[in-house]
Amino acid sequence: MKIGVLALQGDFAEHIVMLKRLGAETVEVRLPAHLEGLDGLIIPGGESTTIGKLAVDFGLIEPLREFGRRRAIWGTCAGAIFLSKDARRNQPLLGLMEITVQRNAFGRQVDSFEADLAIPELGERPYHAVFIRAPIIESVSEPARVLAALPDGRIVAAQQGKLLATSFHPELTEDSRFHEFFLTLAR
Amino acid sequence: MQATTGTFAVKKGLAQMLKGGVIMDVVTPEHAKIAEDAGACAVMALERVPADIRAQGGVARMSDPELILKIMDAVSIPVMAKCRIGHFVEAQILEAIGVDYIDESEVLTPADEEHHINKHLFKVPFVCGCRNLGEALRRIGEGAAMIRTKGEAGTGDVVEAVRHARAVLGEIRRLTTMADEELMHYAKEIGAPYELVKETKELGRLPVVNFAAGGVATPADAALMMQLGMDGVFVGSGIFKSGDPAKRAAAIVKAVTHYNDPAILAEVSKNLGEPMVGRNVSTMPEIEKIAGRGW
Repeated sequence: MKIGVLALQGDFAEHIVMLKRLGAETVEVRLPAHLEGLDGLIIPGGESTTIGKLAVDFGLIEPLREFGRRRAIWGTCAGAIFLSKDARRNQPLLGLMEITVQRNAFGRQVDSFEADLAIPELGERPYHAVFIRAPIIESVSEPARVLAALPDGRIVAAQQGKLLATSFHPELTEDSRFHEFFLTLAR
Repeated sequence: MQATTGTFAVKKGLAQMLKGGVIMDVVTPEHAKIAEDAGACAVMALERVPADIRAQGGVARMSDPELILKIMDAVSIPVMAKCRIGHFVEAQILEAIGVDYIDESEVLTPADEEHHINKHLFKVPFVCGCRNLGEALRRIGEGAAMIRTKGEAGTGDVVEAVRHARAVLGEIRRLTTMADEELMHYAKEIGAPYELVKETKELGRLPVVNFAAGGVATPADAALMMQLGMDGVFVGSGIFKSGDPAKRAAAIVKAVTHYNDPAILAEVSKNLGEPMVGRNVSTMPEIEKIAGRGW
């Protein structure tokens, strides 16, 4: 299986390490031609304004939308914002997922946190999640569905067919269950 | 839910989100907006860029919190600010106003000529400068969650940033070939904590994100630092001391993403207008160099 990681800016190298550990072939995607022959794509954490601007400048917006209509895409943090339909702010978005996100929803860096989540799709063991200047998914509409929420109900992961959005960073942990779950969607 | 803030993982994690990006020095909210629109992944809020600190002399201190707050209001990307080496009260003030990262920086006049800040005591993460592996690991030992080369700030001369990047990366390459029993002696030799020397050998890289800084002025300079193996680039005076800051800023952002693609580097290097007026480090009197600050 060949998985691309959007390498415009952000922690793409961390995703690549995790994917390689799971036996996937990986490709750094910086230009539209790099999407050729991929089974899935991860949009990493980083700054969503930077990633969006570079995607516009290098002609990636339409090719990424086209890719997302057929194949699996997973966005972590900035990637989740980029996948959304609405980030309540004027910035380039792919608009592939029926979710509205709120950027920096928990505050500034001093409010960044780690917490355990219950995610039924990943089994019974709690999932330890790292949130960094994280967005929340304010609302989810059909055909998207909620995958994980904090105990207070705030949504932090959503799925829409082969599309995944998480406001936290599985690539910063040693727990590969989320990457394994994504690979089953890309298959 | 047990939510834990201020852990080393979230401190180091924010730096990981900045990788492959450009952090730009800005002195006004308008500059900050230009930087964000150009694709900066973060800004460093300052009263004066290093080139002006050099030109004006005197004691360089933390910026006015009011200015930093205005810059924080102007942009959605992370905002960093500088405190003096060893000045932990300036750091407490910066943490209290909510900056996203503190640069304990040799660009400002040091407040302590022996000790750096105990950065473990803070929830806000710190970035520190280094010239070699020993200095980098001492700063990480004190709690820095991100490292940058010192270079020679405010000169527009990339030679010192290259020297420091080659020193750190070359020393790591040599470390990876050492036998385990050689590590204690090596740790003693470079004045670094043994556990971090061991961890660096195992990882084959620094345990935290490592950016280039100090003299980067062109897209080619930025791509050079990336090809040498740095994780991203700080640009200080190089942008807002140039003829067309918005254009140069956007070009440097593109150059960091496509650092391995000479055709794109050629394209983005065209028609950028005047670069900052540089100062040649090799003919600069020792007393004017600031990279030697830090212990």
